[in-house]
Amino acid sequence: MATTTAPTSSHSAEASQQVKHRPDRSYRRRQRWGWLFVAPFALIFLTFLILPLVYAFRMSLFTSTLATGNKFVGADNYVKAFTDPIFLQGLGTVAKFALIMIPAQMIVALVAALVLDNLATWASKFSRLMIFIPYAVPVVIGALMWGFLYSPRFGPASDIFAIFGLAAPEFLAQSNIFGSLVNIVTWQWAGYYMIIIYAALRGIDPGIYEAAVLDGASDRQIATRIKIPMISSSLVMVVIFALIGTLQFFTEPQVLRAVAQGAIPTSYTPNMYAFSLAFSYSQFNYASAISFALGIVVFVFSFFFLFLTRKQSGLK
Amino acid sequence: MKAKFLASAGIVAATAVALTGCSGGNGSGGGSGSEAASCTNTIVNAEAPQVTVWAWYPAFNEVVDQFNNANDDVQICWTNAGQGNDEYTKFSTSIESGSGAPDVIQLESEVLSSFTIRDALVDLTEFGANDVKADYAEGAWEDASSGDAVYAIPVDGGPMGMLYRQDIFDAAGIAVPTTWEEFQAAAEKLKASGNGAVIADFPTNGRAFNQALFAQAGSVPFEYDSANPQEIGIKVNDEGAKKVLEYWDGLVKDGLVATDDAFTADYNTKLVDGSYAVYLAAAWGPGYLQGLSDADPDAVWRAAPLPQWDAANPVQVNWGGSTFAVTEQAKDKELAAKVAMGIFGNEEGMNLGVDKGALFPSYAPVLDSPEFADKEYEFFGGQQINKDVFLEAAAGYEGATFSPFQNYAYDQLTVQIYAMVQGEKDASQALDDLQASLEQYATEQGFTIK
Repeated sequence: MATTTAPTSSHSAEASQQVKHRPDRSYRRRQRWGWLFVAPFALIFLTFLILPLVYAFRMSLFTSTLATGNKFVGADNYVKAFTDPIFLQGLGTVAKFALIMIPAQMIVALVAALVLDNLATWASKFSRLMIFIPYAVPVVIGALMWGFLYSPRFGPASDIFAIFGLAAPEFLAQSNIFGSLVNIVTWQWAGYYMIIIYAALRGIDPGIYEAAVLDGASDRQIATRIKIPMISSSLVMVVIFALIGTLQFFTEPQVLRAVAQGAIPTSYTPNMYAFSLAFSYSQFNYASAISFALGIVVFVFSFFFLFLTRKQSGLK
Repeated sequence: MKAKFLASAGIVAATAVALTGCSGGNGSGGGSGSEAASCTNTIVNAEAPQVTVWAWYPAFNEVVDQFNNANDDVQICWTNAGQGNDEYTKFSTSIESGSGAPDVIQLESEVLSSFTIRDALVDLTEFGANDVKADYAEGAWEDASSGDAVYAIPVDGGPMGMLYRQDIFDAAGIAVPTTWEEFQAAAEKLKASGNGAVIADFPTNGRAFNQALFAQAGSVPFEYDSANPQEIGIKVNDEGAKKVLEYWDGLVKDGLVATDDAFTADYNTKLVDGSYAVYLAAAWGPGYLQGLSDADPDAVWRAAPLPQWDAANPVQVNWGGSTFAVTEQAKDKELAAKVAMGIFGNEEGMNLGVDKGALFPSYAPVLDSPEFADKEYEFFGGQQINKDVFLEAAAGYEGATFSPFQNYAYDQLTVQIYAMVQGEKDASQALDDLQASLEQYATEQGFTIK
């Protein structure tokens, strides 16, 4: 590159070295500046994420029981985790949630986004805001609020059902708790996913629709044949968010547990299991192993999902 | 293709790690360290050394002020680190991280051995605990010690009694039951009267409440001595426990009692709005009731002794009750022990606790005083509930032994009783399953089962 400064009269090794090194040095200097800008983030990232992770991983390789001391056991905790019926049962529970909850959220979000994309009145802006608002409510507050709404005493359900002469279902009973949780999560997250999908829809060139209309496409055909395929990468992203969130399901059941301790045991989901192991039963080592085991499961699930949808997401 | 595969793997790895990271076992050790503590109270004498205290007693600020005004050589720096399990979680994290625990901590007697086994508490005998032994109720002292060691100073107790709605009983023509047999008859009569109330609630998450009812029929669930920490005897499915749980299972099946979760907003309202005619309560129950809203304004509350299995041989039981323990992290253990013994270990402090905080004292000079026995409670229409009910219950209580994994044991008890209430198994099976799960847990934790 910058060879013009090399003296033409001499072919000394020194000169050629200079030529070779000068861009390198300025490049390195620039890199130093780069690192300086990255440093504040990197420092926080290291201190609050990487170090705790390393520490937790190290903990997961030891065992410390109540009656005996601390002992290095290698992968024993992981073997125990993946054969632990409680952990596996928890995984089964979140898998069930994933099967029901993700499609529910996707359908609500997608339909809402498609409808809003077609409307151009003040009502659409208003509805967009209203659908999004639950996401602005902190998760814990949302779950607490639903806890009251589900309460047979404070909730509106008993009054509403009484109008029709019916008894309200017990939302917090063992048989209904699954649906009650699906409802909370869908209420909270569908609006957020709707905004992502809606933004993707706005990014499509309207000219394409005009062309489609000229070709005689109906509104429904435009939606299913043009819009949905064109936003498939956003849809994949939304599903990945929902999948990871569901496998790590924690806050809503943990909060609702306060009013339904029988229906939601401490090991309802793997994350709750890890939490109670660590903070209720003082098994920090095994809790770390459970956390990493869950991390591995999340990784595997997400990886395969991304692999299967590589065409739609544009990763291929 | 392969590169894309790896790229997606990278993205997933980053996301998964980012999102799982927070659940790793590394607690941040919140709460106040001994060094840079911020106290809720104001320090009266800034020169004196400070002892940090975690406690959640009602009106505790007044007790702390009283102590700090009365002592020149030591000052209490008090923090409310949450009630019950909230505080224990923080304490537990501090033990794990090796710092952040207070010098003196309020602990319920049932969790003491869960912390002594982690070497978190100081044996107070070397700081003169035995010298004050005579100042405390026998059962409460028993609960705070293990073998020869004394791990805490008792503060308040929870001898059990029965708080009932005189108006509901009168309307249904029910006499106050003195035995569990009469209690069942009363429950049937109340149901037949059709006023919509049930006699009581049998919460599946009653934890210490359920265990206390078992103990009344002679159940001794655990044998444990901190001097021999690796050995434990577990017998949660003994005859006493089965007898009691079968009795309640019968009441549940006949629809004579409710099975609402305890300590929820629903439960709190139902306690005072006439949904339950009886609140089987500890001595702190009256204080708890008075703090609840939406109460039935026409309610007439009275207290009576807990129904008995055998009226000729009454057995008294205890639900709850707390203590002050000194932590191993305390810098000056002797001073901390002095504070633990001194906060409620005098009449001024304990009287404040009784009058303002509705505590049932374990401190004998107050417990045995005529003022306490004769205290009239307006909430009970001027009834002297201590004399009528709780003093006798406290005197008859002989103490209980808890396991070093009591929280786990309670959680499992909840699981089993819930399954029973759901009709999945009978009482006997539920307790056998509980026994099996606790034995397995104890073995996994390295205990030898006696």
